[in-house]
Amino acid sequence: MKALSFSRKHLGIPYALFIALFVVLPLLLIILFAFTVEDAEIATNNISAFSFSFENFIDFFGKSANIRAIYISFGLAVITTVICLLIAYPVAYILARSKSKSRNVFLMLFILPMWINFVLRTAAMKELLFAIGFYRSNRLSLVNTVIGMVYDYLPFTILPLYTVLIKLDKNVLEASADLGATGPQTFWKVVVPLSGPGIVSAVTMVLLPTTTSYVISDTLGNGNVTIIGKLIEDQFTTMFDWHAGSAIAMILLVLIFLTMLITGKFSSGEEVNTRGGGLW
Amino acid sequence: MDKEEKIIELIDVEKQFDGTVAVEKMNLYVRKGEFVTLLGPSGCGKSTTLRMIAGFELPTSGKILLNGKDITNVPPYERPINTVFQRYALFPHLNVYDNIAYGLKLKRFRNTYETADGKKVVKKEKLSKAEIDQKVSRVLKLVDLEEFEKRDVTTLSGGQQQRIAIARAIVNEPEILLLDEPLGALDLKMRQDMQLELKQMHDKLGITFIYVTHDQEEALTMSDTIVVMKDGQIQQIGTPKDIYNEPKNAFVADFIGESNIFSGTIVGNRKVRFINKIFDCVDDFPLNEKVDVVVRPEDVYLVDEGKGQITGEIVSSIFKGVHYEMTLLVGKTEIVIQDTQERKVGERCSVIIKPDDIHIMAKEFTVNRYDGYITKKNTVCFADGEFECDVTQLYEGSHLDEEGYLVTAEGEKIDLTDVDVKVEVGLKDVEIIDNDEDGDACGTIISIVYKGDHYQVIIRTDDEEEDFVVDTEYTWNENDRVSVRIPKDKIFLSLKQEAKK
Repeated sequence: MKALSFSRKHLGIPYALFIALFVVLPLLLIILFAFTVEDAEIATNNISAFSFSFENFIDFFGKSANIRAIYISFGLAVITTVICLLIAYPVAYILARSKSKSRNVFLMLFILPMWINFVLRTAAMKELLFAIGFYRSNRLSLVNTVIGMVYDYLPFTILPLYTVLIKLDKNVLEASADLGATGPQTFWKVVVPLSGPGIVSAVTMVLLPTTTSYVISDTLGNGNVTIIGKLIEDQFTTMFDWHAGSAIAMILLVLIFLTMLITGKFSSGEEVNTRGGGLW
Repeated sequence: MDKEEKIIELIDVEKQFDGTVAVEKMNLYVRKGEFVTLLGPSGCGKSTTLRMIAGFELPTSGKILLNGKDITNVPPYERPINTVFQRYALFPHLNVYDNIAYGLKLKRFRNTYETADGKKVVKKEKLSKAEIDQKVSRVLKLVDLEEFEKRDVTTLSGGQQQRIAIARAIVNEPEILLLDEPLGALDLKMRQDMQLELKQMHDKLGITFIYVTHDQEEALTMSDTIVVMKDGQIQQIGTPKDIYNEPKNAFVADFIGESNIFSGTIVGNRKVRFINKIFDCVDDFPLNEKVDVVVRPEDVYLVDEGKGQITGEIVSSIFKGVHYEMTLLVGKTEIVIQDTQERKVGERCSVIIKPDDIHIMAKEFTVNRYDGYITKKNTVCFADGEFECDVTQLYEGSHLDEEGYLVTAEGEKIDLTDVDVKVEVGLKDVEIIDNDEDGDACGTIISIVYKGDHYQVIIRTDDEEEDFVVDTEYTWNENDRVSVRIPKDKIFLSLKQEAKK
């Protein structure tokens, strides 16, 4: 019998293997490619031809277009996130507080687009923007991209906010009113702080994908909007320079890590247990 | 200020939720500085009443006056009333200090200043940081939690959270403090300590307390006045002593402390018959009136067999710490007795009940109630008679099979023979027959009272066990021998043991 029994440690082996193969190893490969160059004329990706170098990074930061792409990426992401929050919060709040039986139907309608293919949604938005004339103007490229991103990521903002707001203890709101707070005061002093974890996870859900998802900026930006994701794609699929591409991916990784540290700072005032995982 | 001044007054206040009445035409006032407890079982409307005073619920109709001013539609944040919630409802994102200071930081005072040229300027001002600090630390001292200011409220124990919740409410110096079952989540020892502390706090602060609880002991310990509620209606208002010693009806008696409740009949001048014996009593009720008789377990004196008024056998004896709680079976009636001297199970004893300890309450008589049992033939026996009845009403969706067994909706077969049931028969549903043979039970008319448009006749069965109270259009004579018949569909049965599966 003893030979057949598993300890709990053994149950973890498949996951450890998965993590080693699909998380740690790829990361190591990216680091390897990022800090090396190949001497050969045509890239062979043969490890014997690699030599250590900072060249990829120096090249990247040497081009003003690349710096511009970073600014645009993060600018777009921040604007999109803010607009998403501004639209999603009232929606989630009203849905969570409503006693109506059709509340679930409304919630469903708001998050239904999540289940429709992302590329299709973006293409549809392009047609719509074309129809109202936005798409024809080059000056509106950035605006179009923001509209597309907000449209695509709004459901991801509503859902975590709704989940937090629905769990809000009604007694706490009553206690606030009882202690002399008007409706708006209760909202700013109790509801918003208590929905902090929802706001943080909504921001995480929107901010990170929007910095990298070049499908939207490609489709709606009319070729005028280049974000970091696009630069990486170019290196891998057009230039076949895996080294430069890996270097940009690493830069992005570091930038995202810094962003998360900042969001983590904002949420550090929240209750520790309710903040998803306490990772950031 | 006048001590007798009404601080809050409810006038004809009614609250309905989707058509169901939670609080019915309630009239109540609370004097300044009083400790009033709303007591009742869950769902009796006590919490709803409190929530209307706090302003969380608006009454469907009626008025609420605070110091004589109508506040029915004033929002909670403008009422000088604070609440201690059942589950504390502390703000989890704030520490102890910020929780308590929450109300103080929101407070604005109107201060009038005179400028140099004699103009009066009214300014709204906040409390200063120092004032808030001082108030918070004073109130923390009051609840014995000094130096807890910086603690996270989620790390506190239930008792500590409760104290913080109380501190958060009283720091605002409300005119009325509402407490909604604040001790419900605490263990017994802690609850008892907190009861005394709350009482002391009330004496020290001089704030009016309105307390809601379903715990009669809590209510008796702390209150100046107890309001007993049931089904959205006030049953009795009085001091703890009054409520305990002179309960107005069987419900109050039963809810406040343990009680023996018997149905009785007045059989003479200050004489009441229950458990088949006639006792002297002190309450004066009309002859033949149906009454509830309440006797507290501690007022029943156990004596040796034959030395008391009634004799029976001890069927259970439980040690309760200070006393033994024993049950004496007299015929079919159980009497609960509390005594410091133990009597063994099986011992035969007598009891003495003093006239002073017999509390008699008028019974609201709307239906005849009997204890009965089902026979083999699926008829029901009660009050010296055997009646045809519909036994399928005992189990919803059931039917009888050919052999006379009851088959439940789930297909389970039940043998009802000798099952004890409660029987209810409406006053108008009993038919009186002029001879003592044709009916299902017979007896003698002992009373006939004209009630405006009908006569109320009381028929006592032969061994004087049970009475039938009948509303009838026809006049009868006292001492007539009659029998009664009850239509099959007018006999309402319910199981004595609930949901015996």
